[in-house]
Amino acid sequence: MPMTISEKILAKHADKPAVQPDELIEVRVDFALGNDITAPLAIEAFRRAGAKRVFDPDRVALIPDHFTPNKDIASAMQVKMLREFAREQNLTHFYEVGRMGVEHALLPEQGLVLPGDVIIGADSHTCTYGALGAFATGVGSTDLAAAMMTGKIWFKVPSSIKFIYRGKRRPWVGGKDIILYTIGRIGVDGARYRAMEFTGEVIDALPMSERLTMSNMAIEAGAKVGIITPDAITEEYVKGRAKRPYQFYQSDPDASYEAVYDWDVSTFEPMVALPHSPGNVRPVTELPEIAIQQVVIGSCTNGRLEDLRDAAKILKGRKVAPGVRCLIIPATQLIYKQAMKEGLFEIFLDAEAAVSTPTCGPCLGGHMGILAAGERAVATTNRNFVGRMGHPESEVYLSNPAVAAASAVAGHIIHPDSV
Amino acid sequence: MKLKGKAWKFGDDVDTDAIIPARYLNTSDPRLLAAHCMEDADPEFPNKVKKGDIIVAGKNFGCGSSREHAPIAIKGAGVSCVIADSFARIFYRNAFNMGLPILECPEAATAIETGDEVEVDLDEGIIRNHSRQQTYRAQAVPPFMQKLVQSGGLMAYVKEQMAQEGKS
Repeated sequence: MPMTISEKILAKHADKPAVQPDELIEVRVDFALGNDITAPLAIEAFRRAGAKRVFDPDRVALIPDHFTPNKDIASAMQVKMLREFAREQNLTHFYEVGRMGVEHALLPEQGLVLPGDVIIGADSHTCTYGALGAFATGVGSTDLAAAMMTGKIWFKVPSSIKFIYRGKRRPWVGGKDIILYTIGRIGVDGARYRAMEFTGEVIDALPMSERLTMSNMAIEAGAKVGIITPDAITEEYVKGRAKRPYQFYQSDPDASYEAVYDWDVSTFEPMVALPHSPGNVRPVTELPEIAIQQVVIGSCTNGRLEDLRDAAKILKGRKVAPGVRCLIIPATQLIYKQAMKEGLFEIFLDAEAAVSTPTCGPCLGGHMGILAAGERAVATTNRNFVGRMGHPESEVYLSNPAVAAASAVAGHIIHPDSV
Repeated sequence: MKLKGKAWKFGDDVDTDAIIPARYLNTSDPRLLAAHCMEDADPEFPNKVKKGDIIVAGKNFGCGSSREHAPIAIKGAGVSCVIADSFARIFYRNAFNMGLPILECPEAATAIETGDEVEVDLDEGIIRNHSRQQTYRAQAVPPFMQKLVQSGGLMAYVKEQMAQEGKS
């Protein structure tokens, strides 16, 4: 029976020759993760169930990244709970501040999540690892607890939607713009309970950092996973990092899809998602002059080295506009160090931007850059729901790093070529 | 199992940040979370909602983050059931795992208005709107999910499974 890449990975992990959409299956989990917000509930559930040991201390990661460095006493208590559980269970992968990074940037970087894996995380952006050719999806804390106990999880096999991207990208148009366009077209529930499969010549040439950005936002269309067929770019990224063996899967040519979208990206401009939905997408060139007070460049969506380089290209020799706060948050310690080595921090500091230690921080309105009533931010993050970055009367506009940096310089939302 | 309460109506794409804003996620205490339930959508909701009340919403209820604090906040606020046109995937799992009954019923989601007296028969999947003298049939809960509910949620189910494996 012809299968998609998602179906093949699920079948393999269910020890079945084949699976088909809507089938309920139990699969082996290669890696499971939780953070300082979701893991405390998982640990409580784990204990309540009377569990003693995690299924494999090398395959459960606890990453305190959301409200860290601990923003208040309650957050410190949550992280303490993770730390003590990690010690008790001898977890190999617990990350203190100083070693910690934003989870979905950290785990691929460290070679802990790999092509062909089934990965579950108590964080909705776990779908990021689909970029590596893994079946990776976000779950709640109780599902994480069950997986920590058994090394297994039940799934309904999703049907797949294929996205084919053709043409030649214009300058400053990248993975972020393509995924925003996609969500804008199909809507925030356009791929609800589906596997999104990103294909076509544009994806074939897309660097891994931008593939990760695309898969990261699959959840913003309601998807279970946003998967990309592994290739030479994947191999190049994974080799030298991988801590375990891995396997490449690909869809059969005659695999069946619930829907196929075929788009030419040649005319795309950089995209912006307007408040208060990641599906409210317009080309930046069609926007009126929208004044902003804050810019955030970072997050699991766009906090990788390539994103910081894009921002630096714009900020070099320029200044952040008066009345604008520009926050730059490298997603991991390694990215931080490399950015420093490359001289990016000097560019940022000369531009009068602030550079932060890795944290999810302002992306979810946690800390390190909360908006007041009436304030507007351009952010390279993934959600712009009401109150997402602070006050319920604040606004978040989502964009790529170059648009965000250009907007910081202009004081309003602008195309990178216009500064 | 029958549930009865007053309906509170919300629109499409109610996200988890609206259900419980992330700024309150430095705790998982149901009472503390319940005090802020739905506050960015309706600041007065935590004060207005009464035990047994029912949330009615449009499509894609619970989209966004995977925070289990969302069903915990809703349950903690005393809400007995959520009826929606459709649910986001992770919220759907979380609600079952937490023992918060949810029903997919586009007809009820459209017809019910805030203030309506609504009765839900979970076993039959039937929703009665006493204020409008209407009855709606909800989508049946899949057999596997019923098994989870019968076990008393996911953790209880897993415990049973592990006990069985231990025997064999």
